[in-house]
Amino acid sequence: MSRRVVITGMGAVTPLGLGARTLFERWRRGESGIEGGIGAASDFEPSDFLSKKEARRADRFTQLAIAACQEALDDAGWGDGLPIDPDRVGCVIGTGIGGMGSFEDQHHILRESGAGRVSPLAVPLMMPNAAPGALAMRFGLRGPAHGTVSACAAGADAIGDAVRMIHAGDADAIVAGGAECTLTPLATAAFAAMGATSDSGISRPFDARRDGFVMGEGAGILVLEDADVAERRGARILGEVAGYGASSDAHHITAPDPDGKGAVRAILRALEDAGIEPEDVDYVNAHGTSTPLNDRSETTAIKRALGEHAARVPVSSLKSAIGHLLGAAGAVEAIATVYALGERVAPPTLNYGEPDEGLDLDYVPGEAKALRERQNGSGPRPAVALSNAFGFGGHNAVVCLRGT
Amino acid sequence: MATTATPQAVEEKVVEAIAELGAERDEITRDATFESLDVDSLDIVELSQVIEDEFGVELKGEDAQRLKTVGDAIDLVVARAA
Repeated sequence: MSRRVVITGMGAVTPLGLGARTLFERWRRGESGIEGGIGAASDFEPSDFLSKKEARRADRFTQLAIAACQEALDDAGWGDGLPIDPDRVGCVIGTGIGGMGSFEDQHHILRESGAGRVSPLAVPLMMPNAAPGALAMRFGLRGPAHGTVSACAAGADAIGDAVRMIHAGDADAIVAGGAECTLTPLATAAFAAMGATSDSGISRPFDARRDGFVMGEGAGILVLEDADVAERRGARILGEVAGYGASSDAHHITAPDPDGKGAVRAILRALEDAGIEPEDVDYVNAHGTSTPLNDRSETTAIKRALGEHAARVPVSSLKSAIGHLLGAAGAVEAIATVYALGERVAPPTLNYGEPDEGLDLDYVPGEAKALRERQNGSGPRPAVALSNAFGFGGHNAVVCLRGT
Repeated sequence: MATTATPQAVEEKVVEAIAELGAERDEITRDATFESLDVDSLDIVELSQVIEDEFGVELKGEDAQRLKTVGDAIDLVVARAA
């Protein structure tokens, strides 16, 4: 019997503000963190979390990760020191790109002032594994650590990797999540050049008028622990990572398989890993980017994977409220989903109003709705959700979460 | 044009640059070691870039690697500029 992995702490810095709980509560109320067509984490002030030296040595994506991690560790009751042997605590943090702002700044210096003026910090600022490195140093996490790089699936893959590492006995706990900051001139131009981003600046997943994603920034971090270890120390349990499934479309470098075949395999694998049936799913936290292609293929995939049950399951997208946090999205969305399961509620898809042909699931328009109460032998059973994350490159990662 | 590397000008610039690296300004004295100020080899490279821009003096090579204190750095810059 493999080890169960529970969630004991969560932290987030997002366009909806500082704090994981803030993220969920504001989304549940239908509030948006998008302003002027951008989802900026504008409440984040580095000096509130970092010394001057730490801030100089961390790109903004790493800074966001440090702030979210501090919250997650405090939330887990780890604020005064690790309750587990630090050698047994690992760290896996996903990012789509890494230190993009630093890359652009240093390239400007190279062009303007020459190679001799490029900062000796350039590499550690830019590298996609900067966040797990910084978190390990700051919080004394001495177990296995690495970054996951699977574009917009990276945050979900980080959770999946972490669960597998605990299953394998490599660690008793993993600090896992994602961080991204690509609200930079080059990244903005690059996503626009491929036609991925919204001209209207409105994130409206699954709506007929959707015209691309809105860029966002932020970080989300979860403390994942072996259930036995967490229970022994009397930890408060927020939820469980019940399963994880991943696959590749092997279809196109950016466009999803129109039939969603890869996504279907990831969803079914996650269900199998969790030991549950499609009928057991109470809520789907969609990847729901607001791009014409994703929302159509994802809808198809949910229908194929869940069958007739798909019509009964609320499906909503946090990206309607904060935009697309790329490599952080899967982690931030998993965090919001854990709270949603705990409260037995499906938060709404904002800005949804005009149905698109063939996109006919319950996207939770308008306001949050209660999840159906389900019984097992002894009474109401914990709610179960899928959190989808799909990335350029054809990466599909699905996390199956169980509430308390 | 580079600033003339008088001992006073170099000291002011070095202290300012080390403070910018994140050290507490009132701890940056001539006798303070880089180790005590948490100034590492990456910081020394940044410091050398600032010095070269300001005084036209390169703070590199074996001498620079042996720097222990703030005073050592100031003296090396002044000596090389002479």
